[in-house]
Amino acid sequence: MAEVLERVTKIIVDRLGVEESQVKLEATFKEDLGADSLDVVELVMELEDEFDMEISDDDAEKIQTVGDAVNYIQANS
Amino acid sequence: MKIEGKNALVTGASRGIGREIALELARQGANVAVNYAGSEKMANDVVDEIKSLGREAFAVQADVADGDAVSNMMKRVIEQFGSIDILVNNAGITRDNLLMRMKEEDWDAVIDTNLKGVFLCTKAVTRQMMKQRSGRIINISSIVGVGGNAGQANYVAAKAGVIGLTKTTAKELASRGITVNAVAPGFITTDMTDQLNEEMKAEMLKQIPLARLGEPQDIAKVVAFLASEESRYMTGQTLHVDGGMIM
Repeated sequence: MAEVLERVTKIIVDRLGVEESQVKLEATFKEDLGADSLDVVELVMELEDEFDMEISDDDAEKIQTVGDAVNYIQANS
Repeated sequence: MKIEGKNALVTGASRGIGREIALELARQGANVAVNYAGSEKMANDVVDEIKSLGREAFAVQADVADGDAVSNMMKRVIEQFGSIDILVNNAGITRDNLLMRMKEEDWDAVIDTNLKGVFLCTKAVTRQMMKQRSGRIINISSIVGVGGNAGQANYVAAKAGVIGLTKTTAKELASRGITVNAVAPGFITTDMTDQLNEEMKAEMLKQIPLARLGEPQDIAKVVAFLASEESRYMTGQTLHVDGGMIM
């Protein structure tokens, strides 16, 4: 959990230019972290590369918060 | 023009306009993946010609209307070239008939290859281009997609669709350094237009102010411009290359 969260956080900080302290599990990408739709698509792409997995379009649409991403990765990697 | 060392994929590049586009990009310095659906030998001839120009090239078979085939093609191109800077969506077919005589399967076949194919190839290349923060997508539409043409309801609908798709893709991807433009050829001498009957050809010639059919080369030069650094401030546009047919 901690390790996945750490790697996810790093990607979010790099991609969205937010502070690490803002990246909380309940934070939504769009409202809380200021991402637009394309940013979220890119984040998912980077998560796929980082964790060497494929996230289907349907699943990707369900990933709206940092916690969603972490949970998805833990359940599927 | 500045496309030296860029990597390109041209769909439907074994003959006609696609072949000339592949060759022109190579002449301007690009490496080219030559996609074909069925004409393997002709695709290999294009590859040989590009290699003789001192550029890298290889043939890659894929039906652009098949999503899995398209993603495999894109993977192959990226493996081979390491990046993909230019995508030219050129693959197209015709199944002409009057609307009243047009079979549903002929409608579907043309929409699948000429419109859905552009969507699938664009979607597949976007991942790589977004990562690169740069890319050029050039879609080959047709002047009939702007003005309509009796006997080509399916083709015209697909080519008009390509123009709308070009504009939308341009808007979605602009912030990532990717430009998307279309070229709308007029009446160009290829295998495809050879199928038109004399009456249709004579009728079309009357509508061309420059009073001649176009050559594949006329299209290829404009595509090369859109693929180059020189066109960097253009996106979402459709350039009519038609001897002045539609202004």
